Amino acid sequence: MSTSYLANHVKELQPSGIRKFFDLASQMDNVISLGVGEPDFVTPWNVIEASYHSLEQGYTAYTANAGLFELREEISKYLQDTFSISYSPEDQLLVTVGASQAIDLALRAIVDAGDEVMVVEPCFVSYSPAISLAGGVPVAVSATADNEFKVTPEQIEAAITPRTKAIVLCSPNNPTGAVLSKEELYGIAQVVRKHDLIVLSDEIYAELAYDEAAASIASVDGMKERTIVISGFSKSFAMTGWRLGYAAGPVAIMQAMTKIHQYTMMCAPTMAQHGALEALRHGNESVREMKTSYRQRRNFVVKALNEMGLSCHLPGGAFYVFPSIKETGYSSEEFAQKLLEEERVAVVPGHVFGESGEGYIRCSYATSIKQLDEAMKRMERFIKQNSKTQKPTV
Amino acid sequence: MEQKEIELLKLLEKNGRMDNETISKMLDVAPAEVEEMIKKLEKEHAILGYSTLVDWSTVYEYEGVAALIDVKVTPVRGVGFDKIASRIYRFPEVKAVYLMSGSYDLSVSVEGKTMMEVSRFVSDKLSTLDTVLSTTTHFILKKYKHDGIIFDEGDDDDKRIMVTP
Repeated sequence: MSTSYLANHVKELQPSGIRKFFDLASQMDNVISLGVGEPDFVTPWNVIEASYHSLEQGYTAYTANAGLFELREEISKYLQDTFSISYSPEDQLLVTVGASQAIDLALRAIVDAGDEVMVVEPCFVSYSPAISLAGGVPVAVSATADNEFKVTPEQIEAAITPRTKAIVLCSPNNPTGAVLSKEELYGIAQVVRKHDLIVLSDEIYAELAYDEAAASIASVDGMKERTIVISGFSKSFAMTGWRLGYAAGPVAIMQAMTKIHQYTMMCAPTMAQHGALEALRHGNESVREMKTSYRQRRNFVVKALNEMGLSCHLPGGAFYVFPSIKETGYSSEEFAQKLLEEERVAVVPGHVFGESGEGYIRCSYATSIKQLDEAMKRMERFIKQNSKTQKPTV
Repeated sequence: MEQKEIELLKLLEKNGRMDNETISKMLDVAPAEVEEMIKKLEKEHAILGYSTLVDWSTVYEYEGVAALIDVKVTPVRGVGFDKIASRIYRFPEVKAVYLMSGSYDLSVSVEGKTMMEVSRFVSDKLSTLDTVLSTTTHFILKKYKHDGIIFDEGDDDDKRIMVTP
């Protein structure tokens, strides 16, 4: 069948640049992948066991559209305890199929055709396509290395037009690991309020902040009524394959999102919701242990990268580092491809996360310390052999 | 104890062969400092030794059996259970001794070459001690997990796909 049957706006969507590296890497043997955007832990056993139990008990039917009420109550309690923001489990919380669905629903609920939605690049690859699919126009603002990949209120203000409807923020950030402090969020909030924008705050990595706890922009005065908090269980509880996330926000927006969800998804998987309930009730210790392990591996990788000459700031959260490869003279894409071919280490070239990611690579440290150690040795060898800054001896 | 020392202990408890350089990067301290911390912890007897967890069932030539023995004893005034425990733990075939709450007092882990050898230890050495009232011997048939490590877990492949957003 020819592609002429496809919808134009879908044809125009570019496939993700990540796909190419996946295809390349999967054809090779002995590859160490630092390209994986998910935890290396298996879901904590008590969560798996709780999900088994729910199946044994016969909980195999739909839940309420918005998700199990007990789960919404636990999420509400969690948000209250962690960020001191209160959301009613009755009408301000929606359990979704991963945070990804929450992002999609949020955009579809608020975007009219032609509305502009700002994204802060480098960022997760799905925001802009999701905005386009919702009929909106993605507008990129570039966070840069000189400010540790944190966007400034001035940058945001400069990109605002009369059509700007919302801004997507992600802190702790994929791919840079940058964490916006309470003060920085406060500054952004001023601009957002002044221009009457909505914030989609992707907080999926909120539990994985290593130096100081991550803050939510919804907890800044006057922001709760214009923020959609998006989070989930994938990263903090190592539950990516369960596909379970949630959104919290103002009643009108949540009702609209629930309406779309009800017609297009019915509800999130029931067995995953039972697992998530256990995760929130008894998963703290597991999160704490995983977090310690990520922090140690972050320290290890940042040190190793800087020692081999790839300058890399210490990111505050998530499980990514975003070192510069400019010294080598290669583009991100060339670097990643050569590194894969010559040393069998898979990383993701920074430009797939947006223009300002050019000159950087994303390395995930969610892999065993043994593998990381080997990957760093291979990369060091690669840098030595490919260094263009070496002067020929006279 | 300092937080970094506790982290160091946990790392070494999991992998006693982790090198100081790796540890130093992970804990964000100088390699020399790691060495000092380890020396200090050894001196304080927080670190008692470095051993390797062997799954002897994979070694065809290995002959051996292990048993857990529940021991009821009469505690002695002034020294409680400690004296009798030390009488027991000095036998080289005894691998572990714990004082337990519940229906018996000491849990003794014993290893020998044959069931006969272990039985003889129980009947000749252990049961005949003055303060031992009774023993119940449980032979271990199969080890599934020891010190946090699952035996038989050949399947530690990374199940994730190689590159994801």
